[in-house]
Amino acid sequence: MNLEEVVELIRGALGDLAKEITVRKGYVEVVVNPGDVVTAATKLKELGFDHVKSVTAVDYPKESRIRVTYHVSSYLRDDLARVIVGLSVDLSRENPVMDSLVGVWRSSEFQEREVYEFFGVVFKGHPDLRPLLLIPELAEKRVLRKDFIVREESIYEGVPHRYQ
Amino acid sequence: MGSRLGGTGVEEPVDRVYVGNINVTARRARELLLGKLKLGDVIDWATTFSLWPVHLLTSCCGAEFAATWSPRFDAEQYGALPWVAPRQTNLIIIEGTVTRKMACALRITYEQMPHPKFVIAMGACALDGGLFYNSYNIVRPWEVVPVDIYIPGCPPPPEAVARAIIELRRKIREKKLASRWLVEGWRHDREPVKPVDDVCKWWRP
Amino acid sequence: MKESHTGTSSGVLEGRRVEGMVVRRIERELYEVFIGPQHPGSGHMRIIVRLDGDIIVEADPDIGYVHRTMEKLSEVREWLKPIPLLERMTIIDACNVTLPYVNALEKLMDKKPPPRASYLRVLLCEINRVASHLYGFGIFGVFLGHSTMYMWAFGDREVFVELAEILTGARLTHTYHIPGGVRRDMPQDFPQMARRAVRYMRRRLEEYRKIFLENPVIVKRLEGVGVISRNLAADLGIVGPNVRASGIRYDVRLVEPYEVYDELEFEVPVFEEGDALARTWVRVEEIKQSLNIIEQAVDWLERHKGEVIPKEDYERLPKLHKEVYEKTGRVKLLPAHATMKVPAGKAVARGEMGRGEIIYYVESDGGTTPYRVRVVTPSARNAIVFKYVVPGHRLMDLPAIYGSIDYFPPEADR
Repeated sequence: MNLEEVVELIRGALGDLAKEITVRKGYVEVVVNPGDVVTAATKLKELGFDHVKSVTAVDYPKESRIRVTYHVSSYLRDDLARVIVGLSVDLSRENPVMDSLVGVWRSSEFQEREVYEFFGVVFKGHPDLRPLLLIPELAEKRVLRKDFIVREESIYEGVPHRYQ
Repeated sequence: MGSRLGGTGVEEPVDRVYVGNINVTARRARELLLGKLKLGDVIDWATTFSLWPVHLLTSCCGAEFAATWSPRFDAEQYGALPWVAPRQTNLIIIEGTVTRKMACALRITYEQMPHPKFVIAMGACALDGGLFYNSYNIVRPWEVVPVDIYIPGCPPPPEAVARAIIELRRKIREKKLASRWLVEGWRHDREPVKPVDDVCKWWRP
Repeated sequence: MKESHTGTSSGVLEGRRVEGMVVRRIERELYEVFIGPQHPGSGHMRIIVRLDGDIIVEADPDIGYVHRTMEKLSEVREWLKPIPLLERMTIIDACNVTLPYVNALEKLMDKKPPPRASYLRVLLCEINRVASHLYGFGIFGVFLGHSTMYMWAFGDREVFVELAEILTGARLTHTYHIPGGVRRDMPQDFPQMARRAVRYMRRRLEEYRKIFLENPVIVKRLEGVGVISRNLAADLGIVGPNVRASGIRYDVRLVEPYEVYDELEFEVPVFEEGDALARTWVRVEEIKQSLNIIEQAVDWLERHKGEVIPKEDYERLPKLHKEVYEKTGRVKLLPAHATMKVPAGKAVARGEMGRGEIIYYVESDGGTTPYRVRVVTPSARNAIVFKYVVPGHRLMDLPAIYGSIDYFPPEADR
């Protein structure tokens, strides 16, 4: 099954739930509304996408949103294993709350905890939502958001302009 | 015809000496060490041949730490062997970065070890942060425990770790660190390190 | 929510607060044991287990002791600098861990490495995979109290570390690939050394089988321990040799061949049992396949000459750098390489490390630094095994399970 057929399969299964579907090199990104995420995830799982590879969030302070992406794929169906599907949700930056997908994909449990401590995204219905990697003091600072700034010294300050 | 050697309980013929006879060698060593040397020197001598690092791996330099005791480099020939429990060891080798979570474990392990005890900091991260100098989650190990030897490199090769152990042995014997620590009750050549802030304050059971 | 911030030990804190202290009720018969981060094996994590007698009722992995904030630091460093940064996650497998990052950059920049560079990458990756599996065996030996295995595996690992050193100049941290190519060509006498190492390792694997894998004591400790069924493996999303020991034929080299893996001949070993012994056997079989790939790659590299960086990059080099490259095969980078800009976009790339699949999500806004780098490593995905597979076993089975999934904490914590 090639990429186009998988896209058609997903489009057919999700129907109106998918706000936009973009195909990039090697992976398909599907954007849904925060309210529909559990329904969409359940439909993807019924198609055969049985595990989560990565739960990612990206902070866009200018647009005041945080995009949470679940990269899912399949172990049990060989034809779907070639494709990575990104199921994305846009959340507001001030109050990022979404439904947890642990009930659908158990493999997302630890990674949702990571997104919670790094971005402050609260997953409703997560069985055990507490920081995973960081100490509580740091977890409250939401370190992977763009307004937490890490200083970096530059070695290019004295470099002549023609090299830059 | 025979005589009992003190404590060993082994019948030992006096008139015959075999090459490699452990009891005779032990007696001669005892006469040399206790008869001719001072007790303090014996303590220093013994400490240098029993520097056992504790099994506390703080970061990725642990790969080279493990390779140091592999057959190719064989650091066991210097009397050092990684051992499981802090109560029976007297050396910590800090392998690389110490994160804020690990700083607590490092300090607790250090305080559990009996005197005299020593610390080797391994890798650029343990010197001053290394590649992660601007990370928000790391501490400098010298803020947590007193460090005796620093090894540069990212990661330092196993030879460098073996060299550090030899340097530490030289330092102990030249400065009489172990014996004076035991006699005086504290370490005479440096101030004790107290962590700037409570490294374990994040942890509430 | 506030309440659960303060606790790291258990799931739900049922307790009342008494002047800054949390008093928790534990059922009378249960012991709570904290294993790590200083523990007899090796590894920088804590597992909090609750015991009924010596049966584990509940296990809670408390990881993050080696979290060095690589994702954040990648965002403030120029595009090339995350390569040495990210390989510190797994310095024993440094080639495989950064290759998908470079692949993601190549996807964004529309670059393709010349075939010789691809073969060199595959060669180093397989050398690293063998070294990584041997490291895993050594640590497994420490866990099980089998010192001979530790000594043998670490001694034989040095052979492959040495090979990598001859190829790249560094024992562990190679920083070998750059977008569009590799940093160094192969030395002339490398193929002979590689073939000798392969022959030596094939002979040694036979001895490993005798002393470790078919040792009755080891078999008793591993057989039927930590069984992960096919469906459970897919549900937990675990990766690498662990998932292949459970009967799932998933290997990124097979599913989505990157570099030149589609031109090489190799098999993906799959076992059905799903227990600790099967996971160990998968690694042995994988070492054999990696040795085959090393031979094929070396043969190809001997027969074909070529460049290791793309033509347009070569033409941009100044005369002095060109001379160095012609003479020694080393590529000296320009400052322009360090301040390069990557077109805006998103890319996902995956690769197969020794421990399993690694996946990168790289986002660029067209600047000189990445906008976001997300990396999910095999150990990070395997950590869930502790929570869902360990309960029900005896305490002394924990080292066997821990060792058999080949968990490497710096990699999981990033």
